Amino acid sequence: MSTAIAPNEERTRINRDDSSLILTSGPAEQENHAFAGWFKQLRFEAWKAFQETPHPVRTDEAWRFATVKALDLSGFTRALPVDENTAADLIQRSASGLETAGRMIFANDQLLSRELHVAALEAQGVIWQPLDQAVHEHEALVSKHFMTQEIVLGSKKFAALHQASVRAGTFIYIPKNTEVALPLETLHWMHGRNSSLFPHTLIIVGENSKVTVIDRFESADDHEPGFACGVNDLYLEAGAKLTYVNVQNWSRQTLAFQINSTVVGRDASAVNMALNLGSRYARTESVSRLVGQGGRSDMLALSVAEGAQEFDQRTLQDHRKPDTASDLLYKNSLNDQARTIFAGLIRVEPGAHHTDAYQKVRNLLLSDDAEANSMPGLEILADDVRCTHGATSGQMDEEELFYMLSRGIPRREAQQLIVFGFLNEVIERLGNDSIAEELRALVARKFAS
Amino acid sequence: MPTDTIDIDRSVGDFVYPESHEFDAGYGLTRDTVNYIVDVKGEPDWIREFRLKALDTFLSKPLPTHWASRDLEAIHFDKIRYYLANSQRPTRSWDEVPDDVKRTFERLGIPEQERKFLAGVEAQFDSEAVYSNIKKAVGEQGVIFTGSTEGLKNHPEIFRKWFGKVIPTGDNKFSALNSAVFSGGSFIYVPPGVKVKHPLQAYFRINAENFGQFERTLIIADEGSEVMYMEGCTAPKFETATLHSAVVELVAMKGAKIQYVTVQNWSPNVFNLVTKRALAHEEAEVKWIDCNIGSRLTMKYPGVVLKGRKARGEVLSIALASNGQHQDTGAKMIHAADETTSNIISKSISVGTGRATYRGLVHVPRHLKHCKNNTECDALLINAHSRTDTYPAISVRGTGNAVQHEASVSQVSAEQIFYMQQRGLTEGQAMSLSVNGFVNDLVRQFPMEYSVELKRLIDLEMEGSVG
Repeated sequence: MSTAIAPNEERTRINRDDSSLILTSGPAEQENHAFAGWFKQLRFEAWKAFQETPHPVRTDEAWRFATVKALDLSGFTRALPVDENTAADLIQRSASGLETAGRMIFANDQLLSRELHVAALEAQGVIWQPLDQAVHEHEALVSKHFMTQEIVLGSKKFAALHQASVRAGTFIYIPKNTEVALPLETLHWMHGRNSSLFPHTLIIVGENSKVTVIDRFESADDHEPGFACGVNDLYLEAGAKLTYVNVQNWSRQTLAFQINSTVVGRDASAVNMALNLGSRYARTESVSRLVGQGGRSDMLALSVAEGAQEFDQRTLQDHRKPDTASDLLYKNSLNDQARTIFAGLIRVEPGAHHTDAYQKVRNLLLSDDAEANSMPGLEILADDVRCTHGATSGQMDEEELFYMLSRGIPRREAQQLIVFGFLNEVIERLGNDSIAEELRALVARKFAS
Repeated sequence: MPTDTIDIDRSVGDFVYPESHEFDAGYGLTRDTVNYIVDVKGEPDWIREFRLKALDTFLSKPLPTHWASRDLEAIHFDKIRYYLANSQRPTRSWDEVPDDVKRTFERLGIPEQERKFLAGVEAQFDSEAVYSNIKKAVGEQGVIFTGSTEGLKNHPEIFRKWFGKVIPTGDNKFSALNSAVFSGGSFIYVPPGVKVKHPLQAYFRINAENFGQFERTLIIADEGSEVMYMEGCTAPKFETATLHSAVVELVAMKGAKIQYVTVQNWSPNVFNLVTKRALAHEEAEVKWIDCNIGSRLTMKYPGVVLKGRKARGEVLSIALASNGQHQDTGAKMIHAADETTSNIISKSISVGTGRATYRGLVHVPRHLKHCKNNTECDALLINAHSRTDTYPAISVRGTGNAVQHEASVSQVSAEQIFYMQQRGLTEGQAMSLSVNGFVNDLVRQFPMEYSVELKRLIDLEMEGSVG
């Protein structure tokens, strides 16, 4: 075992020159005992990488426009298990009208409940487990895919922190030629002041299989600060279809990261949608790697930024093989002093001919203090491609607003209707009515708050 | 239909005349280099201080390789000569221009007729202007058109007020370098209400190996005046890399209009790292027409600071990146007043292993109303190893403004080429026709002589790109 790892007791000693309790302690001993040796080793190595990787600075291109000083991790502590009453309360609050094939609920990186509604799935060979269980029972599958994609959009340090601290999440494996009709859903709750969570999602969709997965992130108390550093790795084998929905609704005081990687095989098709509602600073990094001919990736996001919220979104559409397609649509509505950053890159590698790539970001500014930054990028190293991107920033159409006001709709309501219409275009793209309904309800709830 | 094959001899830029420099600051850059330049040029103390301070800034700033090409590391600053001049005063009449310089003009193919027609030709050989001839009519209008050294000496009251104000020394590493060692370049002042009918034109050439050219141009168009400035350059090919790092500052006072046209055709070993920016006051209009064909690496992002209400800024940019070249060009639009509008149209063509990059900045700060920006970037890829990049950065604060950016990448369709070949064109001609079609709507906005030259250059590049 590495001697660089401080004993668990050391966690009480605050190292002032770095940032925080969690950052000075490394992977906790008792947590490690629960994991298999290979996984333990990965955590130790990641901890070392985390310590060796410099903190981002404002002049890094990957952090341009971001409020880097918001990334102060001091004060955050490892999340403690919730008590029975809290657990019961959170399970109750998790209730939703969405019909699912299965549902897992976590609180503070501990499993509260796992309900499989379609029992036939297991007989079909579908693996749907909490990550820690999968690490033990499916070492070959997990180790082959766990955190193996290079982190290229700036958050290397935070990905390493995730890997060093991860203990909960969802592992999904769909064997070939299997279709899971209803979505599989996971909820992560954050509870307690200054808790840190490291939720992980690893999905492997076998050849010609199909599945829809939803990750939801919620805080028990909307006023408590917290730190969330999540990773989701999605793999689509030849001909696979995956719809992945990520609902970020942490408390307004949360510092949140969500690092996504999607690897799209031959003729496979991925739809990745992110809904950003919560957090004070939320950074999402989303990479689609099109590694098989004929693959397609749809990258969708909608963000409702209010108050002093900052949403920092970085994307990469990496076309490595010919005849691949990607289509990105990110929409931000900004109110109050909110800030958004979108930095997206379409990269067409040499030889990836007949690439069809599209990227569009639209910012709707609703206040004089809101700020939208867009950096839509292209790097094209192959010819015979079709690549287009667009970025617009504008305000509400006064005529539309006037029309509604003249029909007696109050201003606030009219504005919300217009914003709703603006965002709904993205939700519609999902092509799943029941999930769309859920997302619309969440957006409406934020408007009402 | 394609015009008849135009016979252009690219080797016109390949010759060198024997070097004879009266003043030479030697290789490398130290305080002594800067002091030598000041002494030789007989400049006032405030310029000496300005230059020395700029030198410190230059030395303290790192190369911007965290976002820019690492090719910059190939510049050996200590192997560059920062000042050369073969005469202290620009010659005033054509007769006084040395014969070898005249021969260079002839080899460049600038027709005598054209020279006479132009309002004034300022030809820069090495760091000093050797020829300056302002057409009588322009001088009578009160227009000052001279070298920056003379501007500094003879018109300090105007020069000093604006010099270094649009582009501060510390703007970037290369503006600092220019501020430390600048020599040559143009100084133009157009009095209020004067509309300069003929374009003012300057040709630049580098003519000594390892010699970097650091010209400094300052153009001030006073209230309600109009002026067009044209800058074109070719350079002889050398064995080792050459550095060109200019600073161009434009000031358009209330209601003034400035058009600045550049056709850059440095030889493919030149690093062309140029800072160009304009300040547009109320209702002023500044238009940069920027065309980059030559050089090894060009980094140039002409900008307009829209300082006054209803000011308008425009950048029209064409880049042609051939084998081994990297054209890293773009535009910056800084909106700083209500009702300001800006427009950026960029078209690039990458041929062979050429790489064209668009880098843009659009900034609309808070509490501005009715600002508009439109940006369009189109890239054309000719060969399988050609590369194009687009890196815009757009910041918008507040409501009441509209900003839109669009970019596309495409290639000449095989069907189009096939169709034209069916009708008897060679593949090269067909390619040339397609590429000219791609840039045609932009080229049409160029002054005549430039658009003709540009068309010829594209024809020439395309002929070698296929087969």
